Amino acid sequence: MIEAGNGWMGTIIRVNLTDGTIRKEPLNMKSANDYVGARGLGTKYYCDEVDPNIDPFSPENKIIFMTGPLTGTAACSGGRYDVISKGPLTGTIDASNSGGHFGPELKFAGYDGIIFEGKADHPVYLHIDDDLVELLDASELWGKDVHYTTDALVEKHGSVRVATIGTPGERGMLYAAIMNDKNRAAGRGGMGAVMGSKNLKAVVVRGTGGVKVARPKEFMTEVAKARATLQSHPVTGNGLGALGTQILVNIVNEVGGLPLHNARDGSFWDKADDTSGERLAETYLVKNQGCFGCSIACGRVTKVEGRGDLDGLGEGPEYEAGWSYGAACGVTDLGAIVKCNFICNEQGMDPISLGSTVACAMELFEMGAIPEEDIGFPLRFGDTDAMVKLTQMCADGEGFGKMIGQGSYRLAEHYGHPELSMSVKKQEMPAYDGRAIQGIGLEYATSNRGGCHVRGYMISPEVLGLPVKMDPLVTEGKASMLKTFQDLTALCDSVGICLFTTFAIGLPEIAGQYREAVGSDESDEEILLKGERIWNLEKRYNMAAGIEADTLPPRLLREALPSGPAKGKVNELQTMLAEYYEERGWTAEGTPTPEKLQQLGL
Amino acid sequence: MAKQLVVDPKKCKNCRTCELVCSFRHFEEFNPRLSNVTVFQYEQASISVPIMCMQCDEASCAKTCPTGALQRDTDGVITHDVTKCIVCKMCVSACPLGNVSYSPAKRIIHKCDMCEGETWCATYCPSGAISVVDPNEVPDKKQLAADKMKATLEEVHA
Repeated sequence: MIEAGNGWMGTIIRVNLTDGTIRKEPLNMKSANDYVGARGLGTKYYCDEVDPNIDPFSPENKIIFMTGPLTGTAACSGGRYDVISKGPLTGTIDASNSGGHFGPELKFAGYDGIIFEGKADHPVYLHIDDDLVELLDASELWGKDVHYTTDALVEKHGSVRVATIGTPGERGMLYAAIMNDKNRAAGRGGMGAVMGSKNLKAVVVRGTGGVKVARPKEFMTEVAKARATLQSHPVTGNGLGALGTQILVNIVNEVGGLPLHNARDGSFWDKADDTSGERLAETYLVKNQGCFGCSIACGRVTKVEGRGDLDGLGEGPEYEAGWSYGAACGVTDLGAIVKCNFICNEQGMDPISLGSTVACAMELFEMGAIPEEDIGFPLRFGDTDAMVKLTQMCADGEGFGKMIGQGSYRLAEHYGHPELSMSVKKQEMPAYDGRAIQGIGLEYATSNRGGCHVRGYMISPEVLGLPVKMDPLVTEGKASMLKTFQDLTALCDSVGICLFTTFAIGLPEIAGQYREAVGSDESDEEILLKGERIWNLEKRYNMAAGIEADTLPPRLLREALPSGPAKGKVNELQTMLAEYYEERGWTAEGTPTPEKLQQLGL
Repeated sequence: MAKQLVVDPKKCKNCRTCELVCSFRHFEEFNPRLSNVTVFQYEQASISVPIMCMQCDEASCAKTCPTGALQRDTDGVITHDVTKCIVCKMCVSACPLGNVSYSPAKRIIHKCDMCEGETWCATYCPSGAISVVDPNEVPDKKQLAADKMKATLEEVHA
């Protein structure tokens, strides 16, 4: 059995915001063992304590910050933590993952996680300084953006790490993010809005302790092995560091998988290179930067100068934001794309959902479904100024910006065309077209938090050929590969390392580091089974919460791609879905069977 | 002759792997506060600088130490002998670079000992921002300047 001191600090903080009480509890080691950490463990705590039919914004809802056993160690890219609650955008379970330095600092302070309950009667923030844990007044920070708030809290408390929301989170904007270390985001699904609903502005932490592991010498051997593999791999050792995730723009466009104009005009763009990682490196990139303990360093430090209102210094964009503000909106001005990403970081918003919702509004406007007076100005594809303006209005909660903050599903439904929302379970799909890349379509449809690429990144085999090359246009073998990817991703997120490591490493390296940290003698397969357990736990929660069936927007199922290498293709979801449910050991309707749940100990 | 640690802030990605492996090597725990190397990030300038002991030829820490706990070894490294140390912290004050540390948690003095020749910070640094060089082979800055001028002139002539 695993124990505190071996990867784990052994203590979680429980904060009741309603009555202001703070308790320190021993970590539930059985849950930590069965559900690994971070995403899995936080979800386990959440499912045990909260009614699946809860309104995400009610005081009875809880929000959990959780680290993994490798968080804060020298494990490759081991700086991750997750925020878990019911997502207000989707109504599904949401575990939003972030890097930077916040998660490790929480462990250095002596805690594996924090559970927030209730609702404060005025704005507060949690201040942690090793043993000291206190709620402090945040009235003067309410209404301030992420960067201001972070600077103010660092000014006040010294060398602390800050996770905070901006004003969209305060207002309950449905895809408001929690930002830590200013520009790192627990970005998707609206965890920032849940925080805001509790009048919780920020979590501030300083820790002077350390993280220990069960078998130090063996652990460092595993770490050295994994790190060497990452550093010698072309993607993680060079590509992502030099060009960021935006290195994918041209690569994905070349397979005809870059959705253009809300996916209305196919997914092959002759102007893709204008928004590529290569172009960013030539223009606005200052340097690349790593999160805690990360050798990949995909982060972009970017600066826009001499562009008037677009000027600024910050981070990003990532590939997904580069697409949502680029191809999705038909905008080629990279300075404007960088600026929109800055606004998202400074105010704490998910740029995937935001850019994609703007793109949806552009289509609705062009077809005459949204009257110009509702928006206040024309909103056509390719209109850079309108895109930047609308992003700012969304950040400020002004006019039509409020509608954008509801996400594309509610927007399109309001104007009578829910089918034009490029979302799954009301969360916007990212930057890959499921018609050109069949397996990613299956991934979107079955993701436990709605449209999302980081639940089983099928782009890896289907486009990059990692770990094996699969033809993106066929359905064969996708269900089986996706199941493995989903389970492995759940494991990777839960141990506390970055998913991007899995471009180069796989189960042996993840399980190896995990085993030596916690002192386990389980086999690789037994450890991967924990990933499957986590996946089924999430699925079971979603079923209890009454989440709709797994499907894709009708556009992907019925409108054949008009051009590019995947011309004529639609996503053949039904074929893959049947195979997928079988691979999962679920019923033909996609319900986990009692036998499967029993096998997983659920 | 002792090896020398050299930092190149332009290459540093602020990942702090050096802090982790340093503390682990010396204390078997991952704890940046127990690390002998620290990375400072300057956000507005977009620069990160790793700082650690430079093993000064004129080492104030060793000169100040009243018990002889800080001594230069045969490799030229200033080492710290806990058995002789009375934790008076004179060395912490004396080091002009702040590279001798006191840990309030462990109540000990700690400083870089070059990992007995293994220099983990450099070994694990993924970007090459920290490296180990033989002082006799440190590239002459004059030479680098000359190289740069030659390249510029070549461009102009072309």
